[in-house]
Amino acid sequence: MTQPLRDGTATLPTVAVWKFASCDGCQLSLLDCEDELLPLAGAVRFAHFPEMSRASVDGPYDLSLVEGSITTPDDARRIRQIRERSRLLFTIGACATAGGIQGLRNFAAGGSYAGIVYAHPEYIASLDTSTAISDHVDVDFELHGCPIDRHQLLELITATLAGRRPAIPGYSVCQECKARGTVCLLVAHGTACLGPVTRAGCGGLCPSVGRGCFGCFGPADTANTVSLGRRLRADGAADLDVARLFRTFNAAAPAFAAASMAHGAAPANASAAPVPPVQDGGHAAEGS
Amino acid sequence: MSHGTGGRRVVDVEGLARVEGEGSLHVELHDGTVTGVRLEIFEPPRYFEAMLVGRNFTEAPDITARICGICPVAYQMSACAAMEDACGVTVSEPIRRLRRLLYCGEWIQSHALHVYLLHAPDFLGCADAVELAGVDRGAVERGLRIKKTGNLVMETVGGRAVHPVNVRVGGFYSAPDPAAVAALVDPLRAARDDAVRTVEWVAGFDFPDVAAPYRFVALRGADRYPIEAGRVGSSDGLDLSPAEFADLVVEEHVERSTALHARLGGRDEYLTGPLARHALNADLLPAVAAGAARQAGLGDRCTNPFRSIVVRAVELVAACDEAVALAEAYVPPDPPAVPVAPRAATGTGATEAPRGLLFHQYDIDAAGTIRRARIVPPTSQNQLTIEADLRRVAQGAVDLGDDALRWRCEQAVRNHDPCISCAAHFLDITVVSS
Repeated sequence: MTQPLRDGTATLPTVAVWKFASCDGCQLSLLDCEDELLPLAGAVRFAHFPEMSRASVDGPYDLSLVEGSITTPDDARRIRQIRERSRLLFTIGACATAGGIQGLRNFAAGGSYAGIVYAHPEYIASLDTSTAISDHVDVDFELHGCPIDRHQLLELITATLAGRRPAIPGYSVCQECKARGTVCLLVAHGTACLGPVTRAGCGGLCPSVGRGCFGCFGPADTANTVSLGRRLRADGAADLDVARLFRTFNAAAPAFAAASMAHGAAPANASAAPVPPVQDGGHAAEGS
Repeated sequence: MSHGTGGRRVVDVEGLARVEGEGSLHVELHDGTVTGVRLEIFEPPRYFEAMLVGRNFTEAPDITARICGICPVAYQMSACAAMEDACGVTVSEPIRRLRRLLYCGEWIQSHALHVYLLHAPDFLGCADAVELAGVDRGAVERGLRIKKTGNLVMETVGGRAVHPVNVRVGGFYSAPDPAAVAALVDPLRAARDDAVRTVEWVAGFDFPDVAAPYRFVALRGADRYPIEAGRVGSSDGLDLSPAEFADLVVEEHVERSTALHARLGGRDEYLTGPLARHALNADLLPAVAAGAARQAGLGDRCTNPFRSIVVRAVELVAACDEAVALAEAYVPPDPPAVPVAPRAATGTGATEAPRGLLFHQYDIDAAGTIRRARIVPPTSQNQLTIEADLRRVAQGAVDLGDDALRWRCEQAVRNHDPCISCAAHFLDITVVSS
């Protein structure tokens, strides 16, 4: 990303927005840019964005934004076709970057929720795992958060259009609390807080309302979960509570998965390894 | 695409646009008669009801919020109501009012999104709101202004617009600063004016002439338009507690859908959402919303699904007006949350998500661990009615050309603001154990 997305050409760069297993909240963050949406639509061409438009243009696309995790064999094929048709591919949100809350299935006893809960599991084509997009294809940038922060999304798109590096930090939520002037809940009150190991991006929201961070943005670049886990236990949290804290929206992110297991949570299924690439191109990608 | 040979005609829409989530529709006609319709939901299931088992009861609001990025507050509020019901706790009046204010914020942003970005472009022949802005930029900017104000309410009370962080079982982590809530009043008044203009704008659209024999189901408010609480009422006289209603709803797993289809009493399809809420609660609309509805010629009930955009706009006025009153009278709840101690029990909670009735039911044990979870979202309940609409609308539009018929069928689905991500994720764990 050192060159502008579209330099010296008359046509606007094309952007496609794709959904996999997710809640829609991250692509909604794009529509939540109320002041910037119409100017943005003048700077790029939304060539495929079904949540916003019934018009769709075939690729290739200059930039694909991908929301959601891979949970079905068809989706494992579809993401490869999208990658082939995208010059840049960014993932947005905890589902796409770490498997999301549905990544809890990777730790399900017996290896499968589908076989346990469906009246007619034969109607369902669902994998036993929920995996990040980067387990399947090359990803050019990962934007974290459950949900992503819309200011970070705008910064990422703006920087990409200009061909500069986006200013998106990899440090922890602690720095945001300091910048905001929030008294440290962990130090002052012994409140269980994942802030020291969680990536910044929310602005230190939870501590600002007196609540410990619960890890929406996933592990920070240099997360010392062992040390934090020891501290939470010393402050009186049970192992089960520490394990639950690490095991939510970024449960399958390696640093958090290891931390939850260190506090007694069930290990990942044998099947929770990344799904091998499927060679067959039988299922046409959406929008093709 | 639409295609056909001889007397056979087929309308297929793969990847429905301007809805939340992934679905498709299929309509088949023979010699001008609709012979088959399907709303297919291929959104991958996420197994929330299985994931919740073994979690702490206090985790349900944040986990279930992740079912839907457009209506997370609806999930948080129904989860809190169910857990408080299980634990035998009633929240204080200031907490209830603050919850209603937060919920109004969600109604405002969600309804503004649907009216302006997802639904209106259909009536004006535009592919999307960007194209619409090329024709009428002022209208789109008005919609975005309203939406922004809804998000501002959610950020002020809940911390952020998508998946708010300040909600907990029993109330809130902290009470918002009175000055911050007071600062909402002016934008909300402006949004109310914009919402009244919205009713005038959408009332002028051309609507296909359809009258559907709906069976409406919605919360019935005791003394105010139902949002965060109420008993379950219906157009044929039901009057049930949320728990009694949950006992009557039967969901079935059908091949074409990763959502379960809901029937009431195992037999009849029914409709939840703005049309149902309005039909059962028109007398409870605030004066400014009732006035706008009268101006728009809405009447006491509306059975034309295309005109749901008018009802949604009237509810937008109501939510803005309610939010103005709640913000003006705001007293910080003290304490911001009431204590909730777990006990072994079953609890049911029902609230009105922007797109319809959403109920949660949980069994928890004495330690507060969730043993069973059942979540029934509005789109699961509406799915059979949406298919019935599709049949009705397609039959009334057989004279249209292929492209126009296809678009009209898409509209028949979008009329109900379906939330397919929500609907796909619900698997009743009791179905399996039986």
